[in-house]
Amino acid sequence: MRAERDFPGLVEKEMADPVLRESLGAMEASRAHMYKLAFDELDDAGELKARATAVRRRSIAGMAEYLQQFERNVLANGGRVHWAADGSEANEIIARICRDAQARLVTKSKSMVTEEIELVPALEHAGFEVVETDLGEYIIQLRGETPSHITAPSLHVSLQQVIDTFNEHHQVPRDRPLETADQLLAEARAVLREKFLHADVGITGANFLVAETGSVIVVTNEGNADLTTTLTRTHIVVTGIEKVVATLEDAEVLLRILPRAAVGQRLTNYTSFFHGPRGVADADGPNEFHVVLLDNGRSAMLGTEFEDMLRCIRCAACLNHCPVYTAIGGHAYGSVYPGPMGAVLTPQLAGLAASRHLPNASTFCGRCAEVCPVGIPLPKLMRHWREREFANHLRPAGERRGLRLWAWLNDGGVRYRLAQAVTRKFLRWYAGRALATGWLRHLPGPGRAWAQTRDFPVPPEQSFQQLWSKRERDT
Amino acid sequence: MSETTPQKPATAPAGRVGLLATCLIDTFRPAAGLASARLLEQAGYDVSVPEQGCCGQPNFNGGDKNGARKMALRTIKVFAGYDYVVVPSASCAAMLRVHYPELFAADSDERVQAEDLARRTWELTQFLHDVAGVKNLPSEFRANIVIHDSCSALRELGVRAQPRALLAQVTGCKEQPLANPDVCCGFGGLFCIKYPDISNRMAQKKIADLLTTKEPVDALVSTDLGCLLHLAGKLHRDGTPVDVWHIAEVLNGQASVVKGESR
Repeated sequence: MRAERDFPGLVEKEMADPVLRESLGAMEASRAHMYKLAFDELDDAGELKARATAVRRRSIAGMAEYLQQFERNVLANGGRVHWAADGSEANEIIARICRDAQARLVTKSKSMVTEEIELVPALEHAGFEVVETDLGEYIIQLRGETPSHITAPSLHVSLQQVIDTFNEHHQVPRDRPLETADQLLAEARAVLREKFLHADVGITGANFLVAETGSVIVVTNEGNADLTTTLTRTHIVVTGIEKVVATLEDAEVLLRILPRAAVGQRLTNYTSFFHGPRGVADADGPNEFHVVLLDNGRSAMLGTEFEDMLRCIRCAACLNHCPVYTAIGGHAYGSVYPGPMGAVLTPQLAGLAASRHLPNASTFCGRCAEVCPVGIPLPKLMRHWREREFANHLRPAGERRGLRLWAWLNDGGVRYRLAQAVTRKFLRWYAGRALATGWLRHLPGPGRAWAQTRDFPVPPEQSFQQLWSKRERDT
Repeated sequence: MSETTPQKPATAPAGRVGLLATCLIDTFRPAAGLASARLLEQAGYDVSVPEQGCCGQPNFNGGDKNGARKMALRTIKVFAGYDYVVVPSASCAAMLRVHYPELFAADSDERVQAEDLARRTWELTQFLHDVAGVKNLPSEFRANIVIHDSCSALRELGVRAQPRALLAQVTGCKEQPLANPDVCCGFGGLFCIKYPDISNRMAQKKIADLLTTKEPVDALVSTDLGCLLHLAGKLHRDGTPVDVWHIAEVLNGQASVVKGESR
């Protein structure tokens, strides 16, 4: 999976973007507010979260068994199940199904798993035309960009940029106004309608897979997944193996919590259950129904300290409430999954060396864990990655040595006292004429990063412990 | 800031308190340490400050679990035998209360000791309010203040009401609520020097919030000196006239409005 090593470079670039800054500000204010309203209106939000957590725990504990049950039921319903160990295997399977269906045009609805495996470029490379049908995904597909948010992929794009993009890529008649959101929506709808009608294969992800029925559940607010699947001859579902739940009753709990956590809605506009190809009595639906189950590093998380992460239902509440995400945006992470969930998942999927910054770019403020509807202890999991980085020499040598030295200095009493006295004396000397102001404008060494934007206090002559000892002697 | 000799109560102490002053207070704000000790003494406790260093939080969060373990063991040893361990910092208190036990194997002796220390450890305002039941503080601070809830206070210790209940006893002290009180200020320990640009953006947002309260703010008050030094450094660099006080200083009547010079 894609991961970018130059996190600080990306952060600098993204933070300089005024459009992004405005979008993130608006998103931060609205999503956190909607989340609060959606949970505050419940009699017992804590109980719903506890139930959702229990459902997901059960799903992951019995994952192997539930997946087999799911497969049996999909087969019984007339569909097929394909197992993919990694992204390239999944892409090969999907390309083969498209070739067998003699497809030319493929429509797809929003799916982060397809981003993870880079399905669209793979299918395009294999000669198929692929059209994203989620509005946000469609916009960024035209712009040649990747999603910057897992539920709001075009968050980073302004209205004006959408106008420019449509004018550039669509044959918009001169006399047709294209200025308001409604006009843009109508324009996208007109273009996508043609695509829906002429598509041969429709690809969706899945929010949940139900073992006891072989159901694939997809939620959208735009209805595009339904048009993608009912108007094509072949429906391919591609999703991660962790999406399975045991029963419809379990799925019901998650369907109640997912839209609330994601966008503050009680229900999404469309909640669709797919059960295989059209039956003889069905008025519509695809002739073929395939489910591609992707592992791609997920089963390796079972039994490790990262197993909790498999509970994730991709609601993005952790992104929406993350002060780091809302400061830098999704693209700065350089990975498919951004924000706190991405900081935990990316090292697993793309390797720790390639994503070593991500678990470190957190203040551990804990808001992500607080809002997670399935109780994933995200800061704790990020800390586990940091432990692995420390153990495997993936942090800068200076930082490692610094922490070791800090621990050593703190092992006695004398060493601490001396180190502290030296630090205070040094800073007071370094302050020079600024001593009287009480503030340092510059610092040497690692302190430079502090002093870029903040002054640093000149420490007083005597430490608290010295003053205390003096007081004790005096009384 | 006047520092007079504290009056120890004549009655038998309510218990022995070991004060973990924290390395930041020890080094940069001794006044907050002395204020903490005095508040505890005035509440009737016998206060000691055993020779101490860092609790190990930077190592724990930096991935150096072994280093953190060593520092935890030393802290456990130093604070053995006190009825209470009081910490004028929520993040350091949370290190002892929440994370020390996580450092050791489930049924090891160390785990038992860590859990024992965790049970005896309190953040300062949590202790003054929940344990000591402090009422009618004689202090005065005539100012509009913003209370900065640290993330550790809110989400690791559940401390939100205690600072407010105590500050309500300080004559003239009036809280101006923030629009976004739950949002991190961007300090984050080593985070603030590992990712200074992100940290700075977060500080800017926090300061924008504190400059748009209903009534103009004289001072920023918090349980955590790390957040305060970070925000004070930013306020001072930008020339924004807002004072910064540790909550112990305000509760102990050491704070005054000097507009930007208290820091």
